[in-house]
Amino acid sequence: MSQVPLSHILFVSTALFFIGMYGLFTRRNMITMLMSVELILNSVNINFVAFNKYLYPDKLEGVFFTLFIVAIAAAEAAVAIAIIINLYRNLRSIDVEAADEMKF
Amino acid sequence: MSNYAYIAWIPLLPLAAFVVLGLFGRKYLRSFSGVIGTAVVLTSAVLSLWAAYEYFFVAGKVDGVYQPVIALKVAWLSFSPGLSIDMSIILDPISVMMIVVVSFVSLMVHLFSLGYMKGEERFGTYYAFLGLFTFSMLGLVLSGNIFEIYIFWELVGCSSFLLIGYYYDRPTAVAAAKKAFIVTRFADLGFLIGILILSFQAETLDFRTLIQRLTEPSPQLAGDVMGSFLGISLLSWGLILVFIGGAGKSALFPLHIWLPDAMEGPTPVSALIHAATMVVAGVYLVARLYPVYTVADPAVLQVILYAGALSALLAAIIACTQTDIKRILAYSTMSQIGYMMFALGTFRPVGAEGALGFTAAMFHLFTHAFFKALLFLCAGVIIHQVHSNEMRDMGGLRKSMPLTHGCFLIACLAIAGIPPFSGFFSKEEILLAAYNANKLVYAVGLFTSGLTAFYMFRLYFSVFWRLPGGLPAGAGHFEGAEAGGGHGEAPASMKIPLVVLAVGAALAGFIPFSRLVTYDGKPMAPHAMGLSVIAPVTLALLGVLLAGYLYLRESDRPGRAAAALSGLYRLACHKFYIDEVYFFITKKIIFNLIGRPAAWIDRNIVDGLMNALGALTARISAGIKGIQSGRVQDYALYFFAGIAVLAVLFIYIYT
Repeated sequence: MSQVPLSHILFVSTALFFIGMYGLFTRRNMITMLMSVELILNSVNINFVAFNKYLYPDKLEGVFFTLFIVAIAAAEAAVAIAIIINLYRNLRSIDVEAADEMKF
Repeated sequence: MSNYAYIAWIPLLPLAAFVVLGLFGRKYLRSFSGVIGTAVVLTSAVLSLWAAYEYFFVAGKVDGVYQPVIALKVAWLSFSPGLSIDMSIILDPISVMMIVVVSFVSLMVHLFSLGYMKGEERFGTYYAFLGLFTFSMLGLVLSGNIFEIYIFWELVGCSSFLLIGYYYDRPTAVAAAKKAFIVTRFADLGFLIGILILSFQAETLDFRTLIQRLTEPSPQLAGDVMGSFLGISLLSWGLILVFIGGAGKSALFPLHIWLPDAMEGPTPVSALIHAATMVVAGVYLVARLYPVYTVADPAVLQVILYAGALSALLAAIIACTQTDIKRILAYSTMSQIGYMMFALGTFRPVGAEGALGFTAAMFHLFTHAFFKALLFLCAGVIIHQVHSNEMRDMGGLRKSMPLTHGCFLIACLAIAGIPPFSGFFSKEEILLAAYNANKLVYAVGLFTSGLTAFYMFRLYFSVFWRLPGGLPAGAGHFEGAEAGGGHGEAPASMKIPLVVLAVGAALAGFIPFSRLVTYDGKPMAPHAMGLSVIAPVTLALLGVLLAGYLYLRESDRPGRAAAALSGLYRLACHKFYIDEVYFFITKKIIFNLIGRPAAWIDRNIVDGLMNALGALTARISAGIKGIQSGRVQDYALYFFAGIAVLAVLFIYIYT
């Protein structure tokens, strides 16, 4: 079976990154925004794993980084959801536009 | 040579009193503070008398000449091996004489204040300030170092400021304190520059070395000493500037304007500071540097001579027209200090006779301290009884306060120069010195001595003889005399100092002063009183008679005399408009020409720059504050835009 070339994988990760970006900027729902951030993080994970596998197959640093990022993403999701819950309690909404008090 | 280290206690004890009373006098020691202060000063006075005895009669003389002794020397600030400021104590005839005068008068004033200031709200503070003053003045006269004397000089000025402004709830007292401080400060600037010039030339701060080096310039110093500015040698400039400092403290014309106002302070303070001790600091300073003055340009001594003579004359004329009892005494102080100064100015390089003025000035300083302190304390008693400073509120007091009357009379006779009271001897010596040196100044001195007798007896007759409003003498029209009942005129603590000082004022003239205090330390035989005494005594008697004629009884004679001399009278009554001249110079010239432009620059350029900067920042931030929209996604966008820009930078520029 012929190997998938690196450029294909990078294409997927780039697409994933910009989908996440698009979601982060356009969605007003905070949960959706959080999911978009997860997409961005995962695109980075793909990059790490791919570069590790294709460029330095005898090393493991990329995989380790990925593991760390997954762990941090989990923590970050927990914190973000806590923030969102608090915002919801205060504002009765999870629309990000509702939390615009901190302006000039 | 005996051990003089105990001398250090003389100034240090009052300092301790100041610290203790200043810290605890208000709360804990309130009623005792007077007693503590007095006891401490009593110790100082006893020590100074002992020191004087030891110096003058036991150990001071070496080969018949009084030698200056450094009693104590502590390096205080050392800048470099060659330059240090030492705290040292010098003993020579004038400093020993001064510590006796200062501690003695201070003791009398402490004692007097026990009665006079009784029941004052800030009794403890008052004694603390008195202690501070006594410490600084004793330190000043004992200083063996020109920088040390400057420190004490300022301390004296500071305690004088505090005591003039003692009644700080009176606006006039506050203004007087400020005036005294600013005027003397202004003069002290001259003193400081003078110190710098002198010590720069002598390359030392120590008095003895300084005098030695400046009087016999060694070759390597000669170049510096010859330096000049505006055609006058730097040495002369230094000496003149030091003299200006002394003139400010000693209230010589034209820096005298603070002294009459300083009478706003409590009367015992006026007796201590503004009559007997602090105001003679200028005279003392010139005497301290006298060897340098005598070798310098004779013009410097001429300046001192004429400044002294002018002050003596002007102050005496002004004193004839004033009606406030303390102000008359203030002007008379100024006049007497003028006497001392011009006595110092009469030096001629002709051996021992030429330096007679030095002895005379110190002698007059000594006797003046007694009779002027006595006059002020008597004035204090009178004011205490009458509750007024104005002469027209007094009159006929001789029956109700006989002791004060007697003391005041003695002091008046002493200051007028009637033999055999102390003032006669010292004034006689001054006039003799002036006669030998300068006939014009002699004439001025003679005339002034007549005037002195006149205005002092004008005061005396007006207060003790003249009856206001036709009331019979001693009818008890003063509350104090009536309510006091048994106590007569004043409590014992006020009477004792009067009596002691009166004895001093009467007898101090018999001290053979020229044997003790001379210019070169060699005892001089007291010169015989010759025919020269006739003129001053006659003039003084004439002054007394004239005063008696005008003021013994209530009459219209003084008014007529004033009318006859209307121009001069008005001029003198307004103190020769010197205050007005000062106001004109400060308000119209300095404020308008310097103050206003400076204020304009400050307001428009300095402040303007700052305001412009602030306004610019405010405008920029107003312009860009819209960026802070409060929307998370906008911020995320800026964040990514920033990252993108950085990425571009790193990729295309740094590689």
